[in-house]
Amino acid sequence: MNYINDYEAVIGLEVHVELKTETKIFCRCSASFGGEPNTKVCPVCLGLPGALPVLNKKAVDLAIKAGLCTGCEISEISFFDRKNYFYPDLPKAYQITQFDVPLCKNGSLLIETEDGEKRVGITRIHIEEDAGKLNHDNEKTLIDCNRCGVGLIEIVTEPDLRSGDEAKAFLKKLRTHLLYAGVSDCKMNEGSLRCDVNLSVRKRGETALGVRTEMKNLNSFQFVGKAIEYEYRRQVQAVERGEQIVQETRRFDAQSGKTFSMRTKENANDYRFFPEPDLPPLVLSQKHIEKLKSEIPSLPDEREERYIKEYCIPCKTARIIAGDVFLADYFERCAAASKHPEAVANLLTSFIMGMCGGEHFECNADPLHFACVADMQSEGVINSQVAKMLLADLCTEDFDPLERVEREALAQIQAREELLPFVIQAISESERAVADYKKGKASAAKSIVGKAMGLSQKKAEPKALEKLVMERLELVKGLE
Amino acid sequence: MMDEMISRSLCEHVEALRNKEYSAVELAGAFLKRMEEAEPSIGAYLWSSPEMALESAALADKRLALGNAPLLCGIPMSLKDNISTKDIPTTCASRMLEGYIPPYSATVWEKLSDEGCVLLGKTNMDEFAMGSCNENSAFAVTKNPLDTSRSPGGSSGGSGASVAAGEAVFSIGSDTGGSVRTPAAYCGLVGMKPTYGRVSRYGLVAFASSFDQIGPITRTVKDNATVLCAISGADKRDSQSRNGGSAMPCDIDPKKLRVGICEEFMSDGVSEQVKNAHRKAADALLGMGAQIVQVKLPNINRALGAYYVISSAEASSNLARFDGIRYGYRTKNASADMDDIYKMSRQEGFGREVKRRIMLGTHALSEGFRDEYYKKALLAKALLKEDLEKAFSECDLILSPTVPSAAPVLGSLEDPLRAYMTDVFSVPANIAGIPALALPFGTGEGGLPLSVQLMGRKFSESLLYSVGLLLEGGNK
Repeated sequence: MNYINDYEAVIGLEVHVELKTETKIFCRCSASFGGEPNTKVCPVCLGLPGALPVLNKKAVDLAIKAGLCTGCEISEISFFDRKNYFYPDLPKAYQITQFDVPLCKNGSLLIETEDGEKRVGITRIHIEEDAGKLNHDNEKTLIDCNRCGVGLIEIVTEPDLRSGDEAKAFLKKLRTHLLYAGVSDCKMNEGSLRCDVNLSVRKRGETALGVRTEMKNLNSFQFVGKAIEYEYRRQVQAVERGEQIVQETRRFDAQSGKTFSMRTKENANDYRFFPEPDLPPLVLSQKHIEKLKSEIPSLPDEREERYIKEYCIPCKTARIIAGDVFLADYFERCAAASKHPEAVANLLTSFIMGMCGGEHFECNADPLHFACVADMQSEGVINSQVAKMLLADLCTEDFDPLERVEREALAQIQAREELLPFVIQAISESERAVADYKKGKASAAKSIVGKAMGLSQKKAEPKALEKLVMERLELVKGLE
Repeated sequence: MMDEMISRSLCEHVEALRNKEYSAVELAGAFLKRMEEAEPSIGAYLWSSPEMALESAALADKRLALGNAPLLCGIPMSLKDNISTKDIPTTCASRMLEGYIPPYSATVWEKLSDEGCVLLGKTNMDEFAMGSCNENSAFAVTKNPLDTSRSPGGSSGGSGASVAAGEAVFSIGSDTGGSVRTPAAYCGLVGMKPTYGRVSRYGLVAFASSFDQIGPITRTVKDNATVLCAISGADKRDSQSRNGGSAMPCDIDPKKLRVGICEEFMSDGVSEQVKNAHRKAADALLGMGAQIVQVKLPNINRALGAYYVISSAEASSNLARFDGIRYGYRTKNASADMDDIYKMSRQEGFGREVKRRIMLGTHALSEGFRDEYYKKALLAKALLKEDLEKAFSECDLILSPTVPSAAPVLGSLEDPLRAYMTDVFSVPANIAGIPALALPFGTGEGGLPLSVQLMGRKFSESLLYSVGLLLEGGNK
């Protein structure tokens, strides 16, 4: 397999993203996830005879925002088309989509690669409707139309990606931007972000494109990476054996990590696209587009730079914070109220982030109070242990941290004479550790420091405490 | 008394109901009785419910008694069976939809029902509105009440027959390429194909979405305008619908009228008596002081081809949802194989003409043929629209025959191409989205009614009705 590096993969993505609207794209049914099968349906999304689509303007706005946050041009006039095919999850037997003239085109996103920054072109973004879901039983198949007619955008990239890592980096960047712009939840586990991969291989240095295969519905970034890795090797091996790659759709099997042929081009549908006669052209004013642009918050790259410059935050921390719009927004609210934004950043990334297990950052603590805790810690009024305890409490119940520190005497103990009683007590209660220490086991001191910290009700200034413990231990050792 | 009651116009009923000359229940009773007598020989209806009709008539009487009831309150009428009616079967005269009961009502029926109209029943039609003789119904052949050996026209043939036979005061049909106007012409009635968008299509089972319009069939021009006003207006549920101003006729000065006449229209296929009626209508208007203008429509000979390609293409997509999976007919002969269910349900559920058009339309949109057929048809459509726009800069309306002949004998139009020729005068209005009014003018052999058509600019229904009134007066 040493020839594998003679080839490069040429990869383009088609990403389907569900728009975060309350109602479906062509009717007023709820677009929320889940629910009993066929409870979020009406004549329109069920495709009953005579029903007609009415375009959800909010969905259009979100689709425009998707274009704006990925550097696309927005078409002032675009059209809807019908894509015709039979499938039981498609009640009208056609999908309303945009074929000839999409809503957005010619965008790009910047990603980090091993070889530095790389610009990935976005060919187009268009609006379309989702299909329903088929639930296969042993003997029968049941149709759930709750997802029928949920608004989607399809984002099509140029074949600019060269590896699974690049594809993943692009998807992460895209997801971050869409979350920033409020376009979608981008939850892969709920199917609100789905990805198809087009991949071909060619000898390095060649410019012509090879025959591509399409891999469908890869429902995690990890699978996207694995599928690309497998398919790249499969195609290279096939080419080396002198085989022709067939244009086909392939299914990725997560169990085996392999891809399998689903259907070849010969069996592909002829979708018979034609203009959707039930919907007038989508006409947008420059003014409306500008208004939507003003609603998009500043994007991650811009924020990252600002955090580094304005708040003197380390690059790595700034990137982590800017990578999640919810975290970034929260950080900015705290930072605005704090004299020490770097302490806010540190507490957020080292402590609070670990507390929320969900897909997105979420923190209930009042940003003003968060800032207050960070400032107290930064100024040495409280130690980090107390700071974390206060923050953990603030997440469940709001209170004034200043007042609490005073009332419960949580201020850090630094004075030698105040620390000494805790140290003496800790040493006298830790015979075994002291013995270990005497034998030369330096690490035994740690448990004594911990004990003394506990005795101080975690209020001791850690460095002073440790220093004092060591002093006393040396003293004890010397007395022998 | 009963015959006299039944033969009255809508406007006369409106007045009589208010003068308490008779009640809505009595009126409905008279029509139901007529239906009982006429249906065996005419077969206008696919579904009717005397109980339901009398119930809504009783309700209408209550509203009439309270005063300020809507204009159409208590008027017995019929609906073409491709207009969705909640809890009432809507079959489009197709096996495919046998037993289908919509869970919602079309906007048009909602409006008329709110007005207090009394629904006598759902009328027969060509299957999925495809046809011009009403012989493509999967269930029954409707006869022309004026001569039962002849066709009532199509596709809204049951609608036309129901009004002509005194089985309804008015009927609501749909017109994709002449389906309101042809039955009106063959049955001696007034039929309007409104401007595309004036009447909401929500709930009308789609045939060709960019041409479909719902329109009234009535005895008189004024009746027609009255019904159209009741069903017009922008509807949030139909994105292509608009408000178009009042459609009611008004006093016009014929001397200021420029009436367009197009020679290219008068091809060989048009019968002499139709040409005569057309000439007489022009003469009548000339006599009233109107100016007759020759207009050119160079692309008119492309209309029929463009219409059949585009309408079939859209139909192939619109009718794809009838797959036997969720509602309607499902084959009893298929194995569990999904493709088999699709194929056999559609094979058994659709009639010949519907299948012919689905195949035609599918082909016209297929890769490799799309440019040659569908795109070319769109181009022809654009050219014809331009022709008409230009013509309307030289005249206010265009006068033409409605159909090339009087009502044909049933079974005489089995050759589909000949049948398609019936639509030669009617399809241009659908292609251009403009209004077209068909009204009786003169009679031909055997006393069969002849008909002329008035086409106008978009939303010029008021003008068409006004001129229609002038011709209606001249026809008596």
